[in-house]
Amino acid sequence: MSEVLLAIRGLTKAYPGVVANSEVSFDIRPASVHALLGENGAGKSTLVKTIYGLVRPDAGAMVLAGQAYAPPEPRAARAAGVAMVFQHFSLFDALNVAENIALGMENPPALGVLAQRITEVSREYGLPLDPRRTVGDLSAGERQRVEIIRCLLQSPRLLIMDEPTSVLTPQEVEILFRTLRQLRDEGLAILYISHKLEEIRALCEEATILRGGRVVATCDPRSTSARQMAEMMVGGTLKTPTRAASVGGEVVLEVQGLTAAPTRLHGQALRDVTFSVSRGEVLGIGGVAGNGQDELLLALSGEMRVAPGMVRLRSDPIGSLRPSERRARGLLCAPEERNGHAAASDMTLTENALLTGRVREGLARRGFVDWSAARGFAERIIASFDVRTPGPQATARSLSGGNLQKFVIGREILQRPDVLVVNQPTWGVDASAAASIRQALLDLASKGAAVVVVSQDLDELMEISDRFAALNEGRLSPARPAHGLTVEEIGLLLGGAHGMEVAHHAH
Amino acid sequence: MDLSGISPILLLASLMVASTPILLAALGELVVERAGILNLGVEGMMITGAITGFATAVATGSPVLGFLGAAAGGAALSVLFAVLVLWLKSNQVATGLALTLFGLGLASLVGQSYNGIRAPEMADITIPVLSELPVLGPILFQHDWVVYLGLALVAAVWWFLRTQAGLTLRAVGENHEAAHALGYKVLRLRFFAILFGGACAGLGGAYLSLVRVPQWTEGVTAGAGWIALAIVVFASWRPLRLLLGAWLFGGISVLQLNLQAANVPVPVEVLSMAPYVITILVLVLISSGRGRAALAAPGSLGQPFHASR
Repeated sequence: MSEVLLAIRGLTKAYPGVVANSEVSFDIRPASVHALLGENGAGKSTLVKTIYGLVRPDAGAMVLAGQAYAPPEPRAARAAGVAMVFQHFSLFDALNVAENIALGMENPPALGVLAQRITEVSREYGLPLDPRRTVGDLSAGERQRVEIIRCLLQSPRLLIMDEPTSVLTPQEVEILFRTLRQLRDEGLAILYISHKLEEIRALCEEATILRGGRVVATCDPRSTSARQMAEMMVGGTLKTPTRAASVGGEVVLEVQGLTAAPTRLHGQALRDVTFSVSRGEVLGIGGVAGNGQDELLLALSGEMRVAPGMVRLRSDPIGSLRPSERRARGLLCAPEERNGHAAASDMTLTENALLTGRVREGLARRGFVDWSAARGFAERIIASFDVRTPGPQATARSLSGGNLQKFVIGREILQRPDVLVVNQPTWGVDASAAASIRQALLDLASKGAAVVVVSQDLDELMEISDRFAALNEGRLSPARPAHGLTVEEIGLLLGGAHGMEVAHHAH
Repeated sequence: MDLSGISPILLLASLMVASTPILLAALGELVVERAGILNLGVEGMMITGAITGFATAVATGSPVLGFLGAAAGGAALSVLFAVLVLWLKSNQVATGLALTLFGLGLASLVGQSYNGIRAPEMADITIPVLSELPVLGPILFQHDWVVYLGLALVAAVWWFLRTQAGLTLRAVGENHEAAHALGYKVLRLRFFAILFGGACAGLGGAYLSLVRVPQWTEGVTAGAGWIALAIVVFASWRPLRLLLGAWLFGGISVLQLNLQAANVPVPVEVLSMAPYVITILVLVLISSGRGRAALAAPGSLGQPFHASR
């Protein structure tokens, strides 16, 4: 166990205005799972991109199995035995599984032969895959298998996994972990990046913690608590969201028999979705991405219009109303994809504040924009939600993910919604920003608003929801009180493991 | 009105010829769009090819060299587009439209001294044995070599898209971020695709000025480039369907000429606009129904690519 597979020595990489990595050094051992921890912007992704040959460091060196290692491009990294599973899958929806895998290989065999090997390897590791299926039709878990099989077919020595579990059900995570442990036992080194500290405690033997581009700590996750690790990442103490006693009250938002066709290719139809939310309540809707979350959001926000009676606000049918009419009545939405959907990337924060705040904040009069009021509104959001930015004239694109997310959510909360629907409120947001967003949602509910949180992060939903429902293949399970639900029960609600098998590797 | 003057065999034979320019241009555009780039400058590259091909053929007396010149001319104009769109990240739609305007103006400027000159003749290649076949012979096997080149290119593109290199091209057009992450050279690949598209458009344009007309007249392409763009969508980005589309539109333009000659009691203007009206109708029909046309479109079509590092 003392030998070193990959030694990283003094890696430094600066971009204009920011040092992404500064003198990063650590070792990765063969047959081990090494965790890389850090908040967003701590330099994790720059570091793995350097190892994978997508980024060239300004200074520093790497040694792979005793040989100097400086891959100029991913091709060279793969040739040296380094493989990577990307956070946002690097897959091509319109191509089939075999074609996708061929694209990630050096000198792939003929597609027929490759299909045969895919079937063999995927069976061997308990990750069954049909090589002829179109990737766009696969579930998130299956798509990840495509990436993993693609890596395994090249017999790597080091496997990099960037946030692999963020889109998986608990059962799928369990299967993935068994596969990873099996790979580790076969001698593979795994560099594992995740925000989910409990997973790291369950899987990894070593952890390197980055903050501000530097290595600030190393630890053995098996003997360190999740809270300790989180505090090392943040560099301070962490507040857990707390809530005042739930107000309880009449039902404000009622969705009855909501059925809708998918809005895009590879989308998911909504099938008879029914739920209601009361004042002061947080309803958590869990589910793996692509099970109808986007469509549900569109139907609630008014971007997709449905039969009037399918959505009712204070028992008024509003299913056929447009988004601005729903806003005027108090139903506000913050969609996911903060850059592009929730916010217009190249517009300033003032303009973005205006875009959704126009109706309720009275930012336009007789067809003219009241710019000073819009700027004032943007400044209030920035001040109230601790958005780190030079000012309201900054473009949305220039903000980090967490700061823009605070802005986008804060913008809706400050408009005093009666019902707020948010999708993935803390996706890709670091721990401290996530905690403050969750706290803001809880505060909103305790002031009497109804809050619907759609998220893939089950820990988040368990932390803030009063009731929990799961969205699976466009159907919503009945809502259950969140208190006391076990991970297993939730996993079953989410549709279990989508036909995944546990590894049955025979040696 | 005398419809008996229209011979179906001659009609089909001239359909093969009439469809060749749009087939060539559309095939080039298909490859470009499969790589994720929308080049609306087809018309401009076609007419640039038409004049450079015409000038080369007149200067050398060789139609073959003329077509080479046309391919070079079309490709040269496409380099301009590629540099603007790929490296300077300009908007693809606007740049393509500008390219069309620029090409039309450039061709008319260069063509000043060629007005009214006839192109050197090009002989048909009659394929032995096959051309003797009844019906099929005259339709398929008694044409000039460019017609055969067009068909061969369709087959070549069809085959290419199945190879490893073709898979890479499709991948780049489907999701350029992912292709980049896997280490493929997105911009370089797209550059070559655009170059191929320009050369094909140039060939198509030269076929108009050297074979179809065959003399230099201003605006000789007369919207063929736009029809080519429409056919790519009509064909759902597939080479074999592209051939069908080109035949369909070639057929309509030949048919309307024949109908004009037969004195059909329909205004000439209505007949002349038939191919364009039908282009619009076909596009509307294909695009109706939610995202039917978009279903087959390459995922990154028309989006600028910024390598994140």
